[in-house]
This record gives sequence, structure tokens and C-alpha cells, in this order.
Amino acid sequence: MDGGTDRGLLRFIACGSVDDGKSTLIGRLLVDADVVPDDRRAAAADLAGLIDGLQAEREQGITIDVGYRYFSTPRRRFIVADTPGHEQYTRNMATGASTADLAVILVDATKGLLPQTLRHSAIVALMGIRRIVLAVNKMDLVGYREDCFAAIVEGYAAMAGQLGLRDVTAIPVCALRGDNVIRPSAAMPWYRGPTLLDHLEIVPAAPVEDQPFRLAVQWINRTDGFRGYAGTVLGGSVRPGDEVVVLPSGVRARVARIVTYEGDLERALAGQAVTLTLEPEVDVGRGDVIAAAGAPPHLSDQFAAHIVWLGDAPMLPGRPYLLRLGTATTAATVSELKHRLDIASGSQRPAKQLAPNDIGLANLSLDRALPFDTYDDNRETGGFILIDRLTNATVGAGMIRFPLRRAANIAWQDFTVDKKARTAIKGHRPAILWFTGLSGSGKSTIADGVERRLTALGRHTYLLDGDNVRHGLNRDLGFTDADRVENVRRVIETARLMADAGLIVLVSFISPFRAERRLARERLADDAFLEIFVDTPIAECERRDPKGLYHKARVGELRNFTGIDSAYEAPEAPDLHLHTLEMTIDEEVDRIVEALQRRGVFD
Amino acid sequence: MFAKPVILYSIGKDSSVLLHLAIKAFHPAKPPFALLHVDTTWKFREMIAFRDRRMTELGLPLLVHVNREGMARGIGPFSHGAAVHTDIMKTAALKQALDLHGFDAAIGGARRDEEPSRAKERIFSLRSASHRWDPRGQRPELWHLYNGRLNPGESIRVFPLSNWTELDIWTYIARESIPVVPLYFAAGRMVVRRNGMLILRDDERLTLQPKETPELRWVRFRTLGCYPLTGAVESRAATVPAIIEELARSRTSERQGRAIDHGESSMERKKVEGYF
Ligand SMILES: Nc1nc2c(ncn2[C@@H]2O[C@H](COP(=O)(O)OP(=O)(O)OP(=O)(O)O)[C@@H](O)[C@H]2O)c(=O)[nH]1
Ligand SMILES: [Mg+2]
Repeated sequence: MDGGTDRGLLRFIACGSVDDGKSTLIGRLLVDADVVPDDRRAAAADLAGLIDGLQAEREQGITIDVGYRYFSTPRRRFIVADTPGHEQYTRNMATGASTADLAVILVDATKGLLPQTLRHSAIVALMGIRRIVLAVNKMDLVGYREDCFAAIVEGYAAMAGQLGLRDVTAIPVCALRGDNVIRPSAAMPWYRGPTLLDHLEIVPAAPVEDQPFRLAVQWINRTDGFRGYAGTVLGGSVRPGDEVVVLPSGVRARVARIVTYEGDLERALAGQAVTLTLEPEVDVGRGDVIAAAGAPPHLSDQFAAHIVWLGDAPMLPGRPYLLRLGTATTAATVSELKHRLDIASGSQRPAKQLAPNDIGLANLSLDRALPFDTYDDNRETGGFILIDRLTNATVGAGMIRFPLRRAANIAWQDFTVDKKARTAIKGHRPAILWFTGLSGSGKSTIADGVERRLTALGRHTYLLDGDNVRHGLNRDLGFTDADRVENVRRVIETARLMADAGLIVLVSFISPFRAERRLARERLADDAFLEIFVDTPIAECERRDPKGLYHKARVGELRNFTGIDSAYEAPEAPDLHLHTLEMTIDEEVDRIVEALQRRGVFD
Repeated sequence: MFAKPVILYSIGKDSSVLLHLAIKAFHPAKPPFALLHVDTTWKFREMIAFRDRRMTELGLPLLVHVNREGMARGIGPFSHGAAVHTDIMKTAALKQALDLHGFDAAIGGARRDEEPSRAKERIFSLRSASHRWDPRGQRPELWHLYNGRLNPGESIRVFPLSNWTELDIWTYIARESIPVVPLYFAAGRMVVRRNGMLILRDDERLTLQPKETPELRWVRFRTLGCYPLTGAVESRAATVPAIIEELARSRTSERQGRAIDHGESSMERKKVEGYF
């Protein structure tokens, strides 16, 4: 719901490194265009203060969050987003960039191109902004010299070329005094191009290509026998009678009516919120996509995408996140990180994780197939966000590059002998006992006690022990966060196979992160799953130090040791919480066996 | 996306547009939201009359919440000052109402062009369990993908009109013939000049100070709130087209007449504390 429906509306952002003068430039533009109310102008301490609306921003003299301003000149309407230059607030810059048609990238003439110039240019390029204004600011501080300007323009051309940015207009400005912002600069007679506003007023807005019809279903409108599908047209247009396909189901139908409050429409265009009825009435749910039958979107559970990582914690391949695409939400993991952009060198480097503010290319694997377009074909159906499952924070922005169809080639094979048959032979149901706790907390000792007891009872068990698995299956993995996530993922899949074979599987693993234990619980939800927290205070573990590892970690010989320089996230609601200082091994084993009986694993 | 959403209906022009859009979006069904008005008991009488008339016309049930505790303590703008009054009768009252009904999403008509700290708002704005806004920790908001996921106790304020300007609102009101409170239109009204504001004496709770004499002036209101805190502007614009024309020439901001906004970052402070 944007206020403006003017064809000439231009959305642009100001970006670049910290203190390059973005807020000052926007402030200058607004003042010189005479669109600032007198009382606002009187209240602002300086030009940047017209935009920097938060108290902390004015106190620190920096922009923290993206700020939006709406203005019009006799020739055009504008929405400008002033974005923060500080690296820490890259997520807010990305927020502004995602809906922009044009980016004004500022460079401080005294400082030249900086790492943030590259980071912001890369984000702008990945987000599909094609039109760039390179505003070389603070020309007053370099004596308005043409050679300074030319050197920066030349340096930027190389950077832009690498990023595929071809439409760059360079303008030398002094935001503080207003040179070449709206008024041509008398101090720079050598510059004969347009002023910033001149350029913004005439530059064509991003061309709307002829896209095939897409509508993401937001809500099912059901009332008095009426059944329609409400949503926003995310691409193309639609008319009654058009043949459409509903995805993921693949069912086809015709559009019967386009219903609105003012009466039925003959045609609905991109950006319009409408309610469609279909003929015949087929099954459509919230999150589905209704698309042109002749040009449907891709449908897959895997794709390659660029990711801008916005979370405070790193992105770890294998860790499950929620993915929101259109109106659909599903679980997703990065199955492979291809590379990350090294901001210092400007080159692509192999990587095992994405740190905050990193940009990378990755393969993603979804829990179910979703319809999508590539981002280049359609921003609305090709862009997605990733959400952290524990904090619910938005941690990633993704742009789909191409679908991957591996899933289509590897079909699931069904066999006759199934889990039920295997359970019947064993005389007990499969189960997973997941022991988590610090190194030296007693996981292996307790697991060993449980396994001996169960074997004595004639139950068929198998123990997966962290150390032992690292000798074989996981010998290629180290102890970085990324490797720990992969380590756990493989153990989960192994435990799953064994449970499928009918066993009671004991997993004795530090498994320090909540996200992976949650993944285990979900992946293994078909069977009885018990998360057992072996809770021994770290001081006690360190006193015991059965393998001498705490000592090594303390003296710095061992890095990334859980509890010392790598986090242990204690379970919030384990199925069993064993306070080991207050119990004997036998009591602990009793508790676990009782829990298995309660869960009906055996009588 | 939400378990229990509510539209905050403040009776003003933005709320009227918001409600109109909701009715249109869900047509032919009725909007599946509750409607809530937080009444400070100091609203213009014409606002309340308009509210009751509109709700009957539309056939929509409206929840009205008053901070009874504040009322029992006699909180008001004259006795306690604008800040305390707004804090207790508006901010605290809103929190009470949201908690009382367990609303997890409150949809309001706030716009980014109203005020500098609002310009920094997201469309989906997260609030903690104590309804606080953390302007430094807002969720990134990309494309038109909104993250409304909540941890226990958290809630979301949704601002669908974020990108509308005051002029957009009036243009849309004209296009769709949306009814608004008559106070928006210029008329001869008895006002008193106080602290540089033109205050309408809406009832006798406003006691005249020595040397204050109500005078008849042609005025209208650009925003509506509690009458003692909302200044009128001199105007002859008595129709929507006249208002649109007036706005094109205006050199002051919309909320300039609001007593409660003044002081450095006072809107931001109120928002951090849970004001809408
Ligand atoms: N001499 C000179 N100083 C300028 C010019 N433009 C901006 N400045 C100064 O540069 C400083 C930073 O300006 P801002 O506008 O806050 O910079 P910014 O790019 O918005 O910074 P962030 O938003 O924090 O990234 C301020 O002290 C400005 O007065 C210019 O053209 N000439
Ligand atoms: Mg700034």
C-alpha cells in the first residue's frame, strides 16, 4: 500500500561509508527543494539532523536506522531512504535498498573508495538496483579539483564493472554548501553534467518488464458460500478467463472473477490487492502461488541464492532457519556455502560460514518444494528472508539465482519390510536418548550404564559417542561452530537410520547449540525422543577433567572448547534434567528406564 | 499470521482511511479484526459523536477502553500536565487494553512523514512483553516480506500507511469519499490563545485564565487528539479539495499544533515507552 500511484515515482537510497555525508546530502536536497516545513527546519541542529530522527543518532552524529522521506518537485515524486554507513548497521542499509530503484553511492573526496563503498555497492548490485549515482562529496575539502574527482570515478568504474553495475552517473558535490545538489556549482566550472536533482528528475524509473502473472495467496476469503483467494499481484496481470496453475499442487483452473469492493475488475495489475475466484473451485491454501499456466514459476525444494547475512550470530550451513518467500514459510538449511565476498580484497573466497554483514552464494535446501522465480525475473517472488528459529529475528536476506533439481533425480524408494515389521521382531519400539552436557559431565558414563541395563533386559541398543564418531564418520570435521553443526547433523541422520532399523539409540554428544538439538528432536520426531540434560557445573567438570582437556583449553593449547571459549546453550525444557551432583549413576539409570517405559517403548 | 489482531481506531483521518482500506481488502467478508478505541475522556465531543455514528453505519463492533484507574485518580491535562496525562490515559491505557484482550498485533494508522522518529519505524514494529520499542534493534524489513513471528509476550504494531503522506491521505479521502470528523474542515469556532496554540473550548473543564477571552476565528484541525493539547490552525479550507490546495502551500508540519510532541525526541521517548 504505497501512497503514490504516480507513474513517475522514484524510490532511491543514499548509501556509502560512515560520515561520507549521506544524511547531509539528503538534508541539503530537501532544503534546497524547499520541501522542509519551517518548524522542522528550525528544530534541526544541522542538515543531517533533518533526517537523523533518533536521539542516539543526534548524540553520536551517525545514522543508525534507515529513515524515509517523501517529497515532490514540480517534475516528480520521490521516496528517499537515508541509510547508515556504519558496518554494524548493514541490515538497515539492506532494508532501504530492497525497495529502491536507484542508489546514490557517496564517496568522501578526501578518503576515496572504502571497504563500505564496496559492501554497499555489492548489496545494491545483488538486490537488482541497476541505476547508480556516484556522488563524490566534500569537494570543498579537496579544493574542488577535477583530478581528485576523476581519480575516484576511475577507481569506482573498476569496482562497478566487477559487480556488473553498468549505469553509473558520477557527480561532484558539496552537500554542506549545496554545490551540484540542486544548484550548479560555480566552484567547479569544469563539471558540465547535470546536478543531482536534475538527474533524479529525469532518470527513468526501473523498467517494469513484461512479467508473467503471479499472485501469492495471503488469505482465503470465505463468506456466505463465496470462496476467493486474496493477495497482491506480484507480477504481470490477470483477466477473467485466464488459465492459471496453483502451486505447489500444480492444479489448473480458470480465473472466474476478480472481486473488489468497487465491483469486479476486467484486469488486475502488479501491485494491486485483489480477490480471485477460480473455476472450477480447486483446493488453494494460504501461502500458495496462483500463476500464469503458460509461464509457471520454478517449483523445487532446492535453489542457489545470494545471501546477505544480517544476524548477530554467524550463518552456519546445516543449521535450520525459517525461510519466508512470498506468503509461504518453511524450514530451510544452507546445504552448501559456495563462497563469500572478501570485502578487503574484493574477491570471492571459499568459506565455512557467513559472519554478520557477510555476503555469500549458497545452495539452500527446503523442507518442502515451493514455487519461486529467479530474483532477476521477479524481485517479489525471487527474494526471501531467513528467520532465526529461537529468537525469531530476521537474520538473512536472499536472492534466488537458479533452481536446483537434485531432488527430482533422487526419488524415495519404498520397501516392503518397514519399521513396524522390525519393531514386531524386537519386542520394543525404537527410541532415541539424546544426552547433552559439558565435556566431563558424565554423559558417556551414564549412557554406558543405561546401555548395560537395557541389554540385560533384552533390549537392542546402539551407542553413538561423540569422540568415537569423530574417529570415523566425522573425522574430517574440526571444532568451529560450522563443523559442530555438521557433526551433529550427520549424527542425527545416523541415529535416524538406526531408529528406523528398530534400535534404541543412545547419543552421547556435547551438542552445545539449542538449534541443533531442536533439529534432532524434529528430525527424529517419529520415534520416542528424550533429550537428557546431564547437568554438572563447569567447576566440577573442570575438577574431574578426565581427558586433561580443560587444562589444555585454559593454557590456550586447545581452541573452541565448549564452556571455555565456545558457548554451551543449556536446554530450556529437557525431557529429563539430571543434576549429577545430587544423584548416583544407578538412580540416573532408573530415571531414564522409567521414562522409556512411560513413553511406551517397552513395558 | 497473528492469533489476535486489532485495529486501533483513533477516529482521526488516518484511522478512517485505514478502516476503509481494511473493509475493501476483505470484501465481501467483514474484516476479521477487532476494533479498539482508547478513550482518554478528553477527546473532542464531535469525535465521539462521529465515532458512534460511523460504527453504527458500518455495523462493526467497537471496543472502547478507558483507563479507569487513571480516571479515578482524576488524571487530566490541566491538573497533571500533558506528559503525565498522555502517559497514563493513552500509553498505559493502550497497554492495559492490549493485555486485557491478549491482542498480539495492533494495526494503526501512523505514518512516517508525521514526525522524525516515526520516519525510522518499520511497517511491522516489534514490541517487547512490556510494550517497549527498541529503535536500535529493529528487524530488517526486506521487499514486502514481513516477519511477524513473536516470542511469548511480544507483540507487533503494524503500520500499513507508513509510506503515505498527509497529502496522500487527503487525496485518497477525496477519491473514495471517506467521511471524516467535521473538525478537519474550517469553520468559525470559539478558540482561546494559550502557549502559542489556538485551543477550542470543547467543554467547561477548560477554565479561562485572567485575560483569556474566547474569540471567534476561522480554524480547522490538521490532527485530532485530546482537545486541550491539540492546536487549531487558521484556515478557510472547508472542503477536501480546499484542504488539498492548502497543504500544497503549507510551510508547517502536520503535528506542529500538538503540545505533546514538543521537546527533543519526546515522540521517540513516548514510543519507546509503548505509545502508538
Ligand atoms: N566539508 C564538508 N563537510 C561535509 C560535507 N558533507 C557532509 N559533511 C560533514 O561530514 C560529517 C558527516 O556527515 P553525515 O551527513 O552525518 O554523514 P553520513 O554519511 O550520513 O554518516 P552515517 O549516516 O553515520 O554513515 C558531518 O560533520 C557533515 O557536516 C561536505 O560537502 N563538505
Ligand atoms: Mg547519515
